[in-house]
Amino acid sequence: MDIFLQQILNGLVLGSIYALIALGYTMVYGIMGLINFAHGEVVMLGAMVTITIVNALVNAGVSLPGPVILAIGLFVAIPACMLVGFTIERIAYRPLRGAPRLAPLITAIGLSISLQQIAILIWGRNYIPFPPILNQDVVTFFGASITKLQIFIIVLCLLIMTGLLVMVEKTKLGRAMRATSQNPSVASLMGVNVNSIISATFVIGSGLGAVAGVMVATNYDQAHYYMGYLIGMKAFTAAVLGGIGNLGGAVLGGILLGIIESLGAGYIGDLTGGFLGSNYQDVFAFVVLILVLIFRPSGLLGEKLADRA
Amino acid sequence: MSLLDVKNLQVAYGGIQAVKGIDFHIDQGELVTLIGANGAGKTTTLKTLVGMVKKASGAISFDGQDTAGIHSHDFVRRGLVMVPEGRGIFAKLTVEENLLMGAYARDDKAQIQVELARIYELFPRLKERFKQLAGTLSGGEQQMVAMGRAMLSRPKLLLLDEPSMGLAPIIVQKIFEIIRMVAAEGVTMLLVEQNARLALEVSQRGYVMESGKITLGGNARELLDDERVRNAYLGE
Repeated sequence: MDIFLQQILNGLVLGSIYALIALGYTMVYGIMGLINFAHGEVVMLGAMVTITIVNALVNAGVSLPGPVILAIGLFVAIPACMLVGFTIERIAYRPLRGAPRLAPLITAIGLSISLQQIAILIWGRNYIPFPPILNQDVVTFFGASITKLQIFIIVLCLLIMTGLLVMVEKTKLGRAMRATSQNPSVASLMGVNVNSIISATFVIGSGLGAVAGVMVATNYDQAHYYMGYLIGMKAFTAAVLGGIGNLGGAVLGGILLGIIESLGAGYIGDLTGGFLGSNYQDVFAFVVLILVLIFRPSGLLGEKLADRA
Repeated sequence: MSLLDVKNLQVAYGGIQAVKGIDFHIDQGELVTLIGANGAGKTTTLKTLVGMVKKASGAISFDGQDTAGIHSHDFVRRGLVMVPEGRGIFAKLTVEENLLMGAYARDDKAQIQVELARIYELFPRLKERFKQLAGTLSGGEQQMVAMGRAMLSRPKLLLLDEPSMGLAPIIVQKIFEIIRMVAAEGVTMLLVEQNARLALEVSQRGYVMESGKITLGGNARELLDDERVRNAYLGE
């Protein structure tokens, strides 16, 4: 029982991070029908920038509490990632508006590789450790343990996601985003500047990605130029699982995927008599992706694909 | 001076010349109709007026200003509003959200609420369903949403593209009642229709468009009696 609960807790931490990233994929898809495969790299850049700032502050002997140092890093990383997201859309995707769908898709993959290479130029190929500035106190309940940091990650993710959903459902900007995703030319007739809405979508998604990147870095105590690839793919899977284009679906898909992965990794050893171990954790996300694509391609909360055409 | 003045407008669509040099004008307070067969260039003309399609040559002046180079999302702020063909409802927004999209370019929140209440007065049906997703409404109700939404944009000139398209005859009658109602509110309108008889009956003036050219124009009553119009468009 305690292993089960432990895996659920681990899954929630992982899942809320996936959900935050999945929102970035699904928002962009909802507005322009494009899978922004470079989104994982934005997450990586968020982690890298934060670690760089935190390390610089620590090395300079700044004596502030750990969370404050982290917050400073985060407040640099968020606008930095927003700028990257804005620029990506402007120089890579906007010129391809109206091009066949394959063109922006290939561009996205190219962008992903380019951003990784830029990260190598700046930070090198090695893992960059996150300095031990954060409280690693563990809270135990019902035999399962979770760090205070992880509780914070879950709570922050839920707060941000709720804020985003409220923004999209209740504000004028959110209404314009939904209108644009349904019919950009009519939204334009209503006075919506479609280009600005698309930029805003990239900027918001990238900001969420930056926060997620920092969470990954603090949770695993490190960052790496390649970290965005796998986590991006998994978050994309989460978005597809929930129904791509559907914000609530991204949250649901992310959390479900995190839990499935954790449970899978926790029990795969027992189930296969020790033949496969928890290092097969990464397989589960893609098994889920394949199953969703076969049995419910529109995702858990998505509508039939024909409706989106 | 006319509210809208179009001079020698030409539009080419992927190598095909859809509009071949037309002239027309609309005065303040008028309801003018543009009738013609499918493919005559009516919709293209409307789309060109709001910048959704680029003109090849000619001049369009609205409210005393040349409209060249204005972005399509800026026309609504100048009072040029279009209800597109097929109504252009946001199916997954509620009725009220759809209506409020009409007021997107405005900031006077209090006044918007007053006008929203007025729209609900005009269309009690919409008030009953204000929380319903617009995609679940009937075609006639969707047209009410489209008209209400357009009115919340405070049009100086309202362009209506085939409002009766795809609707049952009894609903079409209703739509034309709505058009009369909106005209009575003092909104200047350009109505593009295939249903020539109804369109001419509600309008003061009309133009007939054939293969990209305006071939006839004048008083709507006279057009209704014109032999060529009767033969070609009124099925007599």
